[in-house]
Amino acid sequence: MSHDLTARELRDRIVAGGLSCEQAIQETIEAIASWEGSLHAFNCTFPDSALEQARQIDRRRADGEPLGALAGLPIAIKDNLCTTFGATTCSSKMLANFHSPYQATVVEKLLGADAVIIGKTNLDEFAMGSSTENSAFGPTCNPWNTRCVPGGSSGGSAAATAAGLCAAALGSDTGGSIRQPASLCGIVGVKPTYGLVSRYGLVAFASSLDQIGPMARTVGDAALLLQVIAGPDPRDSTSWPQPPPDYLADLEEPLEGVRLGLPREFTDERVQPEVAAAVRQAVEFYRGQGADIVPVSLPHTRYGIAAYYVIAPAEASSNLARYDGVHYGYRTAHPEDLYDLYAASRAEGFGPEVQRRIMLGTYALSSGYYDAYYLRALKIRQLIKRDFDEAFKQCDFLVGATSPTVAFELGAKSSDPLAMYLCDVFTVTCNIAGIPGLSLPCGFSAAGLPIGLQLLGPAFSEPRMLRLARQYEKHHDWHRRRPPPPPHATARTPA
Amino acid sequence: MSSAPAVPEYKVLIGMEVHVQLATRSKMFSGAANGFGAAPNHQVDPVVLGLPGVLPVINRQAVEMAIQVGLALHCRIAAETKWDRKSYYYPDLPKNYQISQYEQPLCGAGELELPLPNGQTKLVRVRRAHLEEDAGKLLHQGASGVSRVDLNRAGTPLLEIVTEPDLASATEARLFGEELRRICRYLGISPGIMQQGHMRFEPNINLHILHQGRVVKTPITEIKNLNSFRALERACDYEVQRQLAAWRAAPETPPDSGKSTRGWDDDRGVTVLQREKEEAHDYRYFPDPDLVPLRVAPAWVERLRGQLVELPISRRRRYERELGLSAKEAFALTEERAVADLFEAAQAGAPARRLANLLLGPAAKLANERATAEGHPVQINDLPITAGQYAAVAQLAETGRISATAAASLVEFLAAHPGADPAAAAAAQGLLQVSDSATTEAWVRQALSANPRAVADYKNNPKKKAAALGFLRGAVMKTSQGKANPQLVSAMLQTHLDDPAASGTDKL
Repeated sequence: MSHDLTARELRDRIVAGGLSCEQAIQETIEAIASWEGSLHAFNCTFPDSALEQARQIDRRRADGEPLGALAGLPIAIKDNLCTTFGATTCSSKMLANFHSPYQATVVEKLLGADAVIIGKTNLDEFAMGSSTENSAFGPTCNPWNTRCVPGGSSGGSAAATAAGLCAAALGSDTGGSIRQPASLCGIVGVKPTYGLVSRYGLVAFASSLDQIGPMARTVGDAALLLQVIAGPDPRDSTSWPQPPPDYLADLEEPLEGVRLGLPREFTDERVQPEVAAAVRQAVEFYRGQGADIVPVSLPHTRYGIAAYYVIAPAEASSNLARYDGVHYGYRTAHPEDLYDLYAASRAEGFGPEVQRRIMLGTYALSSGYYDAYYLRALKIRQLIKRDFDEAFKQCDFLVGATSPTVAFELGAKSSDPLAMYLCDVFTVTCNIAGIPGLSLPCGFSAAGLPIGLQLLGPAFSEPRMLRLARQYEKHHDWHRRRPPPPPHATARTPA
Repeated sequence: MSSAPAVPEYKVLIGMEVHVQLATRSKMFSGAANGFGAAPNHQVDPVVLGLPGVLPVINRQAVEMAIQVGLALHCRIAAETKWDRKSYYYPDLPKNYQISQYEQPLCGAGELELPLPNGQTKLVRVRRAHLEEDAGKLLHQGASGVSRVDLNRAGTPLLEIVTEPDLASATEARLFGEELRRICRYLGISPGIMQQGHMRFEPNINLHILHQGRVVKTPITEIKNLNSFRALERACDYEVQRQLAAWRAAPETPPDSGKSTRGWDDDRGVTVLQREKEEAHDYRYFPDPDLVPLRVAPAWVERLRGQLVELPISRRRRYERELGLSAKEAFALTEERAVADLFEAAQAGAPARRLANLLLGPAAKLANERATAEGHPVQINDLPITAGQYAAVAQLAETGRISATAAASLVEFLAAHPGADPAAAAAAQGLLQVSDSATTEAWVRQALSANPRAVADYKNNPKKKAAALGFLRGAVMKTSQGKANPQLVSAMLQTHLDDPAASGTDKL
């Protein structure tokens, strides 16, 4: 029952006493039990502590104490967020047994809002990937079709949210890692403006691109979660110093006279016809609602992937240098000397994609190559930012497909890194420019796989961007569709 | 092929890299306590440990301290400065990169005016000074082959000061280090305790040798991590001689081998090759994406400039020019800021000359004695005597109420009896000068009769006349326990010695 409610409805019902938090959590635990065998969305779950926390929330409600904005909601978090409970693995052998002595800022904020953290979700190792197949603990499957990938790297969070194994989830997005899996799993995912959400406690992949964001089944739920996690943090020098606006206050108000830009570069032949058609229909919807549709150009988009695969690996090569087998994490069994301790621990502890990116990044930063790769990528970064600045003079938001394709089959791109990298062709420039992006469901393929619509806006345009998304959602019911029951699950009791 | 001359004409060029640990409350990029002496790995937090997910936050106090040093060294303070990662793998470096400033240091070009022993000064150009974080320490456990990591030092704010190669000898290198330490202590940015590694020196040395009408430049060597002035001077001296010998052994070798790195073996007194140029690290510097560039507002710099204390060189100059002290006295009084401050506070109420004599004479002697007795350094300002008390003692001496000898005794008394009133103490201790003729006359007679040989010397040996008079004057002062008025004593002595009628000596 609880998973048919939106997170906001569930929270209201728990606060009103219509449903005990314990029952909601119990149902979530049962849903996880029935799905997990076929999905593998979670690296770990906390059923006992979650139930204990739920009972406390019920007691506090009974005592008339005020409850937080996420009171009693089962929330899943990506397993690259540091928690003092459970391990923080990044789906890597390197950190398989790493237990953080401190809590990420967003985790503190969730707990401070009375969220119940139900589990930590699977990801591509260190968030490097677009299918969650790069997890050292095995891939996550897409609940709409378990032969397909859920996207990545926040595939576990996306799959768990889509299958109703949590009320909402947190992911992280470095080049599309929230929006692309949201698109492939038929949910809403928000990559906030760089700096809006504190990165303290997010295990860094590429520091200048990483942002934590909400993944939810509705726009309102994503707004609710964003409201809780956004805001300045003295522990993150890159966090924006202003407190966030109210994302829920005007959410139901449609945007009047909005100008939507259609980037020419987002509609090429690589976009599957079904995806292109769904996006066209969404654009027509907005036109019907009174929006001005304007063609725009982001000419440097075509260099986006190349720049991204210099900048992100360069930062990653430095961020991941600390995993060396010396202080914590995986250590090779019998090192011959210090060099061997480093080399063998890292060779054994990191998977192939992580090693590939560390090598790419190390090369790009090496003396003699720095100017040709890293500096040039930074120049492209400036040009991409300028593209967006120019585009946002002509329009308020950009609209296009989140992913060129619907979910693909497991293994389809595993042996072709470049094909995998191109999954992010429409999402990376948003991170490169630091602007916010959102993916929301806008249809299904004939095979029943979700299609996502991407909205991009200027920095800190989240309030209006969420309203624009809600405007679409209000008139469609894609977000009410649920994946078919898991293949071997016992039939669920109707509510 | 001509052979090298035995003693070629050459110039020594030494440029200095100095790491100064800043005495901030917390570390460079986190709230962990900054200090010395805690149990291993007890001054750490997740940021210092480089745990997954942590982020650095700039320590404002460290930036302010760095700017103050920059201002003291007349550096151009950058309007905007940024942070870079310097990558290398070592177990004492938790993130395997060090946050430093590569491209835009906080402090740009400046200079330090270095006082030389001949009384002159020399300008040493400062190339830059930048902030960075220190690494931890590896403790190698002897034969076991086990190494342990202590990260207490990791993340300590470091100011790295780099000079141009303007130092021309090992002595100048040491003097530079000492003057820089003095400046840091004056500014209060580091206690400069060398044994605790507060300052570490890395001189870059080479020679310009005049050979067959052209200048041959020997390859530059950098000596790592010298943490005492003695080691700094010895290592530079050794390295100059080593480079000279190496050139002499092969004067025709093209000196294009670049910079190598050497270590100092203090026991053997030699430098040892650590790394050739071709083995140099590629540090893969790039801007740290976890930190935003720091804008330094002019108003901030001006506020810090306003807080700057007067530096030793300026005080020395003032003491010499305005107070008439000798260069040696001025240097001694400014060695420690607290002593100079004490001197200046006292000087508001008493003549500088008298005060300098008191502080550098009896007070310095007492401090030394206490240091020896207590087994730790004791400065003049550590004695329990206030500026007001020193001023009072100096005034008593200046007005002739006590003699110089009595003034020294009074300082001793005040040190042993904190809070005592100098004038009252002088009276109670019988130190007030006696200018009464009868009493003085008695002391003079006593001294003359006790020292017939001096009297004879005065009268019979013109060469010894002055010395004999001085000796007798001293004898009178001693007899009077310092209370006699020296002018009166001199006059009476001369009267007695030059006019036997007035003296009783001929009756003896």
